[in-house]
Amino acid sequence: MVGNDKKTGWNIHEMAQKVAHDIPDGAYVNLGIGIPELVAGEVPEGREVIYHTENGLLGMGPVPDSGQEDPELINAGKKCVTAIPGACYFHHADSFTMIRGRHIDICVLGALQVSERGDLANWSTGEEGAIPAVGGAMDLVAGVKTIYVISKHVTKSGDPKIVEQCSFPLTGKGVVNRIYTDLAVLDVTGDGLLVREMAPGVSFDHLQQKTGARLNQY
Amino acid sequence: MINKIVRTPAEAVAGIFDGAVVMIGGFGEAGSPIELIHALIDQGAKDLCVVSNNTGSGHVGLAALIENRQVRKMVCSFPRSANSKVFPELYQRGEIELELVPQGTLAERIRAGGAGIPAFYTPTSVGTPLAEGKEIRVFGGQSYVLEYAIKADFSLVKCRAADRYGNLTYNKTARNFGPVMCTAAATTIVQAKQIVEPGGIDPEVVVTPGIFVSKVTEVGSPADESTLVAEDRRYPW
Repeated sequence: MVGNDKKTGWNIHEMAQKVAHDIPDGAYVNLGIGIPELVAGEVPEGREVIYHTENGLLGMGPVPDSGQEDPELINAGKKCVTAIPGACYFHHADSFTMIRGRHIDICVLGALQVSERGDLANWSTGEEGAIPAVGGAMDLVAGVKTIYVISKHVTKSGDPKIVEQCSFPLTGKGVVNRIYTDLAVLDVTGDGLLVREMAPGVSFDHLQQKTGARLNQY
Repeated sequence: MINKIVRTPAEAVAGIFDGAVVMIGGFGEAGSPIELIHALIDQGAKDLCVVSNNTGSGHVGLAALIENRQVRKMVCSFPRSANSKVFPELYQRGEIELELVPQGTLAERIRAGGAGIPAFYTPTSVGTPLAEGKEIRVFGGQSYVLEYAIKADFSLVKCRAADRYGNLTYNKTARNFGPVMCTAAATTIVQAKQIVEPGGIDPEVVVTPGIFVSKVTEVGSPADESTLVAEDRRYPW
């Protein structure tokens, strides 16, 4: 069935729930800026997840109450946050030792494009004259054990974001493990993209039509 | 007697020379040594290569140093942000150089500079445009790119408490690049919110040992960069 796009699929909170469901109790997790931040609010009751922010905090808590903001207590997006009881602060070399030394279990990132081999492009559209800015994205994809991408399945103009080969500059090669979109959850495997779950109202044919690479069913 | 305390930010930055490599701590405004940067603007050293994670906000602090045309080149991981206008404009006009470095590679290059390690291999950026033209080597079947250490002539760092030996503690996520930058410069200059007597910092909680620090000056009430940006203040005032 090729449904009406407005009625099919998951909204971003449901996408974040799907990601959160796959984060096990006790995991050390780094969430990218933007939609990935929603994941923290969806972790099922009874699981303890420790959030790392690369600017030097393990045990990041929610945003502070109004009036309680501290400009020296921020996250990687430079927004004010809190520290949970049991949190710790550290300098950048230690913070990226956690990332690059494969100590962080899961990182959830947004994407411009993901290839069928798990290549990720999420830092630059390569546009002439744009100011290039990479931050910690390349370190995260190179060093974190499991990389989850959360993203709309297609761009605003309807182009596939999941493609055979990324046309935008890469953040990392063969780094993505799983992709959560508004239409499906896909695993990146040695045998290509496997459809793990489809959103309500989405058929395999519809999903394939919205995807720029070949999909396989489990 | 060892006494690294100097009276003013102006005195602390007096020796910074034209063409120097200057590391400046901070992640956004958190940890940015704004009074030392303003003193450097007053002092006027130019043709600087500045190593800092960002390029400053509005028209104060690091953005003002760049706007005052004292910076030839920026080495950073994220040169734009919501309120950064000065660097993007100069960069688009081709009037300032940029070396873009992944954030962890930047931290590690600085750490290596401070630890006497000339270069190292890392998987970060392999297969991306930022590894183009760099030496790649395979270890255990995985590719790694060669990255070189960064050393500086001067580091400018903000901390919470210091003593006359230069032992430092920091405040929350304002610590960020400070400790590694302290180790990687020939001369490390620190602004501390408070200077305490030796022993006033528990040796168990010293974050930067004093051996890495050259000069400390007390700035008891440092400016709040985001407030200055919100008020559209410009330095020099």
